[in-house]
Amino acid sequence: MNAPGAGPTSREHGLTVLGQMLRIRAFEDRCYQLYGEQKIRGFLHLYNGEEAVAVGAMRALDAGDAIVATYREHGHALARGVPMDAVMAELYGKQSGCSRGRGGSMHLFDVAKRFYGGNAIVAAGLPVAVGLALAQKLRREPTITACFFGDGAVAEGEFHESLNLAALWRLPVLFLCENNRYAMGTALDRTEAETDIAAKARGYRIEAAAVDGMDVFAVEAAVGRAAAAIRGGAGPGLLELDTYRFRAHSMFDPQLYRDKAEVEAWQKKGPLITLTTRLKAEGLMTEDDYRRLDAAASAEVDAAVAFAENAPWEPVADLARFVYAEPAA
Amino acid sequence: MIASVRPEPGATPSTRPAAVRQSYRDAVRESLRDALRADPRVFLMGEDVGRYGGSYAVSKGLIEEFGPERIRDTPLSESAFVGAGIGAALGGLRPIVEIMTVNFSLLALDQIMNNAASYCHMSGGQLAVPLVIRLATGAGRQLAAQHSHSLEGWYAHIPGLRIAVPATIDDARFMLAAALACSDPVLLFEHAALYNREGDLTPGLTAVDIDHAAVRRPGRDATVITYGGSLPKCLDAAASLAAEGIDVEVLDLRTLRPLDEAAIVASVRHTSRAVIVDEGWRSGSLAAEVTTRIVEQVFYDLDAPVARVCTAEVPIPYAKHLEDAALPSPARIVDAVRRVVGRDGDG
Repeated sequence: MNAPGAGPTSREHGLTVLGQMLRIRAFEDRCYQLYGEQKIRGFLHLYNGEEAVAVGAMRALDAGDAIVATYREHGHALARGVPMDAVMAELYGKQSGCSRGRGGSMHLFDVAKRFYGGNAIVAAGLPVAVGLALAQKLRREPTITACFFGDGAVAEGEFHESLNLAALWRLPVLFLCENNRYAMGTALDRTEAETDIAAKARGYRIEAAAVDGMDVFAVEAAVGRAAAAIRGGAGPGLLELDTYRFRAHSMFDPQLYRDKAEVEAWQKKGPLITLTTRLKAEGLMTEDDYRRLDAAASAEVDAAVAFAENAPWEPVADLARFVYAEPAA
Repeated sequence: MIASVRPEPGATPSTRPAAVRQSYRDAVRESLRDALRADPRVFLMGEDVGRYGGSYAVSKGLIEEFGPERIRDTPLSESAFVGAGIGAALGGLRPIVEIMTVNFSLLALDQIMNNAASYCHMSGGQLAVPLVIRLATGAGRQLAAQHSHSLEGWYAHIPGLRIAVPATIDDARFMLAAALACSDPVLLFEHAALYNREGDLTPGLTAVDIDHAAVRRPGRDATVITYGGSLPKCLDAAASLAAEGIDVEVLDLRTLRPLDEAAIVASVRHTSRAVIVDEGWRSGSLAAEVTTRIVEQVFYDLDAPVARVCTAEVPIPYAKHLEDAALPSPARIVDAVRRVVGRDGDG
């Protein structure tokens, strides 16, 4: 399933990806707490368990590439380099948020990072990604578009329409299906006659493979290979990233649809545990290294919370701004 | 810039002078040709816009002139190609997406509403979606319930969209350029019954806006407020009424969002009577919105209750006599105006 030998190329490589995954985990755990304190409201979908996907994929993409994500996109935004302060302030609904408090958890945007959201309609990001890739192709840009979506999206017509269009026009788009096995509470095999998502993509003549989404190095290697092929003119690609959501779908989910034992089994092969164990076993990380990375992640989250707490609210007088584009200042 | 998709300069020179009299269809085609020539970022995509020449022959000949990269035939995947238009707009192009008819736009409603209309606001102003969607709309050709919708008023409900409705040759010719110059998603509704109509292009006119209503016929006894495919019916009704000594002002809304409330108010204040003619269904219609604006703004200037001529609240039937009975007609407009001016034969 994985590229043989996918692993850390150096101590620095290993520690860097671990640090990125730890900061996402710390951020999400703090979000969980802040939701209980009612600092964060609305819908909140946490990324615990899936960190290797965003971190591995973003490392393999270029700064000029366009990214389209879903409503469970804190990890993607952070891994892409959207400042944690701006993400946390957005969850607080503050003016300093990356969407000026108008988007919230499900609609994080940062055009400077070419991060195009943050889409809360399942599969609705795929057609937009196809269009971004069409622009890249027509403008002869050396960039590609990466589009994240979940396993639930493959049941939507927009998934099929988009894969067909991307393949028909040989567009530089990489579809990244985060298969965490449940569309909210409905298991993939209860909704799909064909559960092999890569096979569906091949039906549209799209190069596709399944990857262990719990292994950050496997993700990074697979995305790197796929992105290189797409950049070289191969047309679109799809990767099915097998992963698992450790927390509930949202904050309103009692998780009646899955066994605790199943969750525990997946947690044992969680991306942070396996990575930590591996780096130690390969002599690339000491316990001190880990503590340092963990402390740095906590400190960054603390600072982001302080920033969000102190950030100003958007004036109500500006309620109707940005319904239409404003002339550049 | 995408200089590489620019057509060969002078590849297909148009040497004939612009005809003063032309059809609505030709006017729209010329507007497309102008846009494609003026800006290499502009391209057209949709079902059968290329080799077929457009379902209504609007884009006929354009693929020969501009090539398949810029006149792009799509699969029957409304959601995907409208979404692709949104993405291409985000990516720096100026797409024109043709949805063959407004009826099919329902298959792309998610993209239009949840993405195109929402991106600017929910990104805190970071994203602009300079996308133009052209749609044929309207009834009157015995196409029955699934090919006869007038959903402009529906779309006008949605903040973040601009809704423009060319009803005249001038607007058919120049609204597209105004829409493309705008950084927001613009839906251009072309009533299918207008494509064959001919008219004179105003000499010297080179541009129009998509912000203001226009008085198409000045009058003093009553204001008939309309847009799109109903405009010719209103002008016909006004001509009949003039023979009876009733002088009707016809206001063409031109844009349904933003609605030119100032023009509505000014005209109704001038005439003190209003009839709204809207091919949409009456309940929850654009006509209802215009009525409310009048009641809110000029209630004390009214000399009669506002009247509406809308489509009967049925899915459009196939049989001609039933379809005719369902739609606004000059006769129904005449009746409504007579009522509001107190000349309905009863008094």
